[in-house]
Amino acid sequence: MSGLTALLLPGILLAAGLAGMRKRVDVYRTLGEGAKEGLSILLRILPNLIGLMTAISMLRASGFLDWAAELLGPALTLVGIPPETVGLLLIRPMSGSGALGLGAELMQTYGPDSLAGRTAAVMLGSTETTFYTISVYFGAVGIHKTRYAVPAALCADLVGFLAAAWAVRLFY
Amino acid sequence: MAMSWIWVIMVGLSLLFGWQNGTIAEVSAAAGTGAQSAVELCVSMAGPLCLWTGVMAVLRESGGLEKLSGLLRPVLGRLYPAFHGDDTVMESISANVSANLLGLGNAATPLGIQAARGMAERSPGVASDALCMLVVCNTASIQLIPTTIAAVRSGAGSQTPFDILPAVWLASACSVTAGILAARLFARLWRRI
Repeated sequence: MSGLTALLLPGILLAAGLAGMRKRVDVYRTLGEGAKEGLSILLRILPNLIGLMTAISMLRASGFLDWAAELLGPALTLVGIPPETVGLLLIRPMSGSGALGLGAELMQTYGPDSLAGRTAAVMLGSTETTFYTISVYFGAVGIHKTRYAVPAALCADLVGFLAAAWAVRLFY
Repeated sequence: MAMSWIWVIMVGLSLLFGWQNGTIAEVSAAAGTGAQSAVELCVSMAGPLCLWTGVMAVLRESGGLEKLSGLLRPVLGRLYPAFHGDDTVMESISANVSANLLGLGNAATPLGIQAARGMAERSPGVASDALCMLVVCNTASIQLIPTTIAAVRSGAGSQTPFDILPAVWLASACSVTAGILAARLFARLWRRI
């Protein structure tokens, strides 16, 4: 498995380059233009992260996060979710940059390759900012009766969190 | 507005717990370093993130989006039986799903909203089953290469930031399947009520 994922990165780079050359795309210039998009993403999340990482660092230092993990730990452990990720479960559906900041802090505190760090990363990678997405879509087309969209989307999130914890245990 | 509440509550809780646990000094120090760690995080993830948005731009310019879209179209028709024959809506949906798979969030949302507009024309003001399905599918992440998360992982010092991929794929597949099944099930239940 590790050999395959090691090949994946350079493989994608080569495949993208060759696909571009075949279509006569100026690969090198497009790569640079695309890299600019990455900068604009960073510019969008950085201001949000300033306030969030401050609050998260304070929560961590105060001992609140440990207390919450201890309080909800038994219930979370029962379903296989590392208690350290408790904050992520709450913030993920509401704020994308909030979840990213919390996840990053978690990876820095426990290590990116720890069970909690990996689970946080997989949770972030397999779920979306549900409430934000719902409000963008229904707001854009003027829907007031959302019927079952919210509960169905939350079902997907819940299964995503459980599956993330389960998949990390399975693979590592 | 929700985030404002969450932020204020977070700061309030830190002070309360800091006072209770006698960790006020640590809380105060953390308030000074939190912003710095936000900037450090962004700097450390800037390289990999920009590389991947660059690679994705090359794939997009090479027609990857259209190709994927064409492949997905027949499969997606089954998810949206009411719009199976509607070419404009189905095209936007396929392009939306393809952009989501490739992680082109900026492209995916306008395409999805375009599809949602087409759907909403038939039932103004009320979310039809198809529209609920579209929204639920967009609230589940199906990004094949979660570049931002991998960038955060390498920023936090991981040597193999992409080794979470198989787990992400498995968890994403479970989550999307659950969303689709839930939408289908609720569609039946809601009609009866």
